[in-house]
Amino acid sequence: MNNNTNYIGKPVNRVDGYAKVTGGAKYAADHHARGLCYGVVVSAGIAKGKILHIDTTEAMQLEGVFKIFTHENVSGLAWFNHSYKDMDAPPGKHFRYLQTDTITYSQQPVALVVAETFELARYAASLVKVTYKADAHVTNLTGNLDQARPPKGKKSGFKKPSSRGHFDKAFTAAPVTLDATYFHGAEHHNPMEMHATTVLYYKNGSITVYDKTQGILNTQSYVKSVFGLSGRKVKALSPFVGGAFGSGLRPQYQLFMAVLASLELKRSVKVMLTRQQMFSLGFRPITQQSLSIGSMEDGSLQAIKHEAVSGTSQFEDYVENIVNWSGMLYHCKNVKQSYQLVSLDTYTPLDMRAPGAVTGMFGLECAMDELAYKLNIDPLELRYINYSVEDGSMKKPYSSKALRDCYQQAAERFGWSQRNPEPRSMKNGHLLTGWGMATGMWDAMTVPARAKATFTADGRLTVGSATADIGTGTYTIMTQIAAETLGLPMDNVTFQLGDASLPYAYLEGGSATAASVGTAVQKACMQVRERLLDLAKDIPDSPFKGLSVAQVSFADGMMFMTETPANFIHLKDIMTLTDTGEINVTSTPLPNVFKQMKYAKNTHAAVFVEVQVDEELGAVKVTRVVSAVAAGRILNPKTARSQIMGGIVWGISGALHEESVLDHQFGRFINHNYAEYHIPVNLDINDIDVIFVEEQDDVVNPMGIKGVGEIGQVGVAAAIANAIYHATGKRIRELPITLDKLL
Amino acid sequence: MNNFTYTQADGVDNAVQEIAGHSEARFIAGGTNLIDLMKEHVMQPEHLIDINSIHLNSIEFLEDGRLHLGALVTNADTAWHPAVEKHYPLLSDAILAGASPQLRNMATNGGNLMQRTRCYYFYDTTTPCNKREPGAGCSAMNGYNRIHAILGTSPHCIAVHPSDMCVALRALDATIQVKGLHGERLIPIADFHRLPGDTPQLDNNLAHDELITGIILPREHFTQHYKYLKVRDRASYAFALVSVAVVATMEEGIITNIRMAMGGVAHKPWRDENAEQWLKGKPATQENFAYAADMILQDAKTFGTNDFKPALAKRAIVRACREATNIG
Repeated sequence: MNNNTNYIGKPVNRVDGYAKVTGGAKYAADHHARGLCYGVVVSAGIAKGKILHIDTTEAMQLEGVFKIFTHENVSGLAWFNHSYKDMDAPPGKHFRYLQTDTITYSQQPVALVVAETFELARYAASLVKVTYKADAHVTNLTGNLDQARPPKGKKSGFKKPSSRGHFDKAFTAAPVTLDATYFHGAEHHNPMEMHATTVLYYKNGSITVYDKTQGILNTQSYVKSVFGLSGRKVKALSPFVGGAFGSGLRPQYQLFMAVLASLELKRSVKVMLTRQQMFSLGFRPITQQSLSIGSMEDGSLQAIKHEAVSGTSQFEDYVENIVNWSGMLYHCKNVKQSYQLVSLDTYTPLDMRAPGAVTGMFGLECAMDELAYKLNIDPLELRYINYSVEDGSMKKPYSSKALRDCYQQAAERFGWSQRNPEPRSMKNGHLLTGWGMATGMWDAMTVPARAKATFTADGRLTVGSATADIGTGTYTIMTQIAAETLGLPMDNVTFQLGDASLPYAYLEGGSATAASVGTAVQKACMQVRERLLDLAKDIPDSPFKGLSVAQVSFADGMMFMTETPANFIHLKDIMTLTDTGEINVTSTPLPNVFKQMKYAKNTHAAVFVEVQVDEELGAVKVTRVVSAVAAGRILNPKTARSQIMGGIVWGISGALHEESVLDHQFGRFINHNYAEYHIPVNLDINDIDVIFVEEQDDVVNPMGIKGVGEIGQVGVAAAIANAIYHATGKRIRELPITLDKLL
Repeated sequence: MNNFTYTQADGVDNAVQEIAGHSEARFIAGGTNLIDLMKEHVMQPEHLIDINSIHLNSIEFLEDGRLHLGALVTNADTAWHPAVEKHYPLLSDAILAGASPQLRNMATNGGNLMQRTRCYYFYDTTTPCNKREPGAGCSAMNGYNRIHAILGTSPHCIAVHPSDMCVALRALDATIQVKGLHGERLIPIADFHRLPGDTPQLDNNLAHDELITGIILPREHFTQHYKYLKVRDRASYAFALVSVAVVATMEEGIITNIRMAMGGVAHKPWRDENAEQWLKGKPATQENFAYAADMILQDAKTFGTNDFKPALAKRAIVRACREATNIG
């Protein structure tokens, strides 16, 4: 057998790439229908207060304006708070759009103007006059740290900080100590595609919703519960998503608006947010964190305290795992952690790529660098000294942890051994060069997912699951897994996602999709294998009689006896000879919980960075990044590398460029456009070198997949801040490190 | 965006007559700034006069050797024009430091002169802004003013002019050629843009019925000693925090002539002839440039988040002068 159908681990091209670059891939706002009308949202201009009056007279006089929805005319929607809860909702009172005269945050949507054309709706929206009674708002986190309080309730994925040992005693006794406080402001996701929903309305009162989301079932269940519709009435689709990074984890208000208008007007409706309105959605929370670390002279950690305070809204307690990493990454007996919130008059923050870890590991890994300098120990050496083979917070060994290999391989590739630790030691005219490093860490999570598979007599396999592909490569890797499992050419395999009628999959987020949906897809295909073998046994004189599925292999469109590959049959022939039209299966993988419970499951990375700082003008250029990633088995080095590179680019962005600036006069994010909300451009990005250190791990799932969506970003900002210190001797603890901070 | 009417002008006179008859009309050329401002309801012209069909799109030497840049030549075509590259390399560099290739392909020279400030509050119609709505107040003064002015400010406005090209034009002493109902006039670049004073709504001294037809560059070329230095928050596609255009002539290390214009610091491209005069006849040294920079910045006033700008501006001036005069 030739076995040309082994795809797992190969750098195959994206199966949806052609559709994407030729415009064949239709995103949420690309759908159209006869009579479709357009909704434009009017956003609040104050951060807190009451709407006194909304004057829609002038707008309504325009011909072609159908209706203007405001809190004054929206009614009959779900009553209970839980009806507005979604799969990623933090605890609290979930926001109800257009159902109150109270303004709770700036840019809160206050009206939806629906008109015959987009241009008309936009113009009419500009004529809607809202008068407010403004109240004093609070949006400044650092000025209100005295209001910090523990978070209320639970959110999926949130782990309460856990302390162990006796921090105070150990810290006091430690010969070398460090205290440092770090800060970063808000960041908004700002995917290229803005949030949009198209609702197609049918005469029988049913609707089809095309939404930008990371969980089409989340979209469907939200619509059902808020509008009191049965599942039969709501078809929900999201086949293509132009980036999300977490912004699609919760139903955003354009979904509510489009469905509201469609049901009321009995028409198809499209609502797109503007770039400016993208700053009215959730964001990476503003966070101040402090670390206190005590160590022996030899570098061994004795005590770590990690405390963080983040902003949240007045109505929900958004939480993320910021301080937890300090109890996991290093060997240390005495750990103290606290995590608190301050309610601000903003919208609720939202998971953004590696939520919590990007923040917490920035603090921890900068602090480790600061400590290394206090100890006069190489920063990499300090990591080796405190290397931990178990997660100290749970006292469990890692299912796999190739971080040591990551450190070694990345250091070698980078040339770390040539580093002179002295700050400012690499100077050429006004240019200072610096080298810094940091560790990255993220969870290897598994979430519930099912998949169905249909194999037809023409030799084609269709596999589906209600998951999402937000540009990450889900379509591609699932096709690879399915094709290899059944030994079919990838061209014969179609993977479907983003359709609420497909089998259940949890939200696409947290780097869990490859592992979770991938396992379901593999299992479904294994079930097809069994069915094919059973059918083959029914064929007269079948050589497969008496064999178990473990004794056969699948490749090149055929089934073989593993021991004697000369005995084979084409899968198509099995179908034809048994007169079988199609095989249908649905898989529900159940993780081996008892086995998994014994282990901590994480991904790791080692990031090495070179920066060049113009000492006179403060400008920083990241000239080189080497990142070695240990994330189990890599399904597709091409898409995985893109994921890691994207993470690194965002790490550079967070370190140097990106911040949603809150103007506290207005309680409003004021740089709300792409011109002034800076992310790196091509010229800011130079050499990026990604190394995958593969791990064998049969604990996480049968294929050993851990996921690569978040890990690439974690630690990058710390590595850059540390490199800037090495270059300049200046320790900047506040992100982004804009040039004014280095003057 | 509001509803508006639209016509295409087929000549300068036609365009001028058209705009003179409509107080709420605007010219549109590349549209790279105006369309954005209309989408954000910052500007709501009732009538647009498209001037793209008017033949103002050539770059030619005048008989006296000065170079005439047509108002409708794109920024890209200007920057890459052989005569500009050869004789006015400062202008090429400045244009190419601005925006992105896509924008430069659309944006015109006349439009560049007319582009409006990038002040966050000017763009956000929910906040007070004297430039947008005279008398409403200035939100930047006590707000986020990282990109705002430090020189020539008024209690009414601290916005900056965002252009790179205009900073080079100021250093080169360009002349703006305009035509109105009452004929043609020439405006020195120094007098084209305004300081905010108590009329921050006015960016420049162009009358409503006037159309920019071209830019005239003097015969002095400054091909040996020049530098456009732009300091910004990322490597490309960001407006200047501070920019410096320097042209000079030198004889044996002595500055015989120098002009220094700055962007990102004022409501118009900023020049200080006293500082230039002081440098003339002096050797090109770090110390002399630093002294001149202090002269330029002695009246600098900051507003909180732009407190770093005077220090940055001084370093940028010194760096640009050093590089222009080749003292490293």
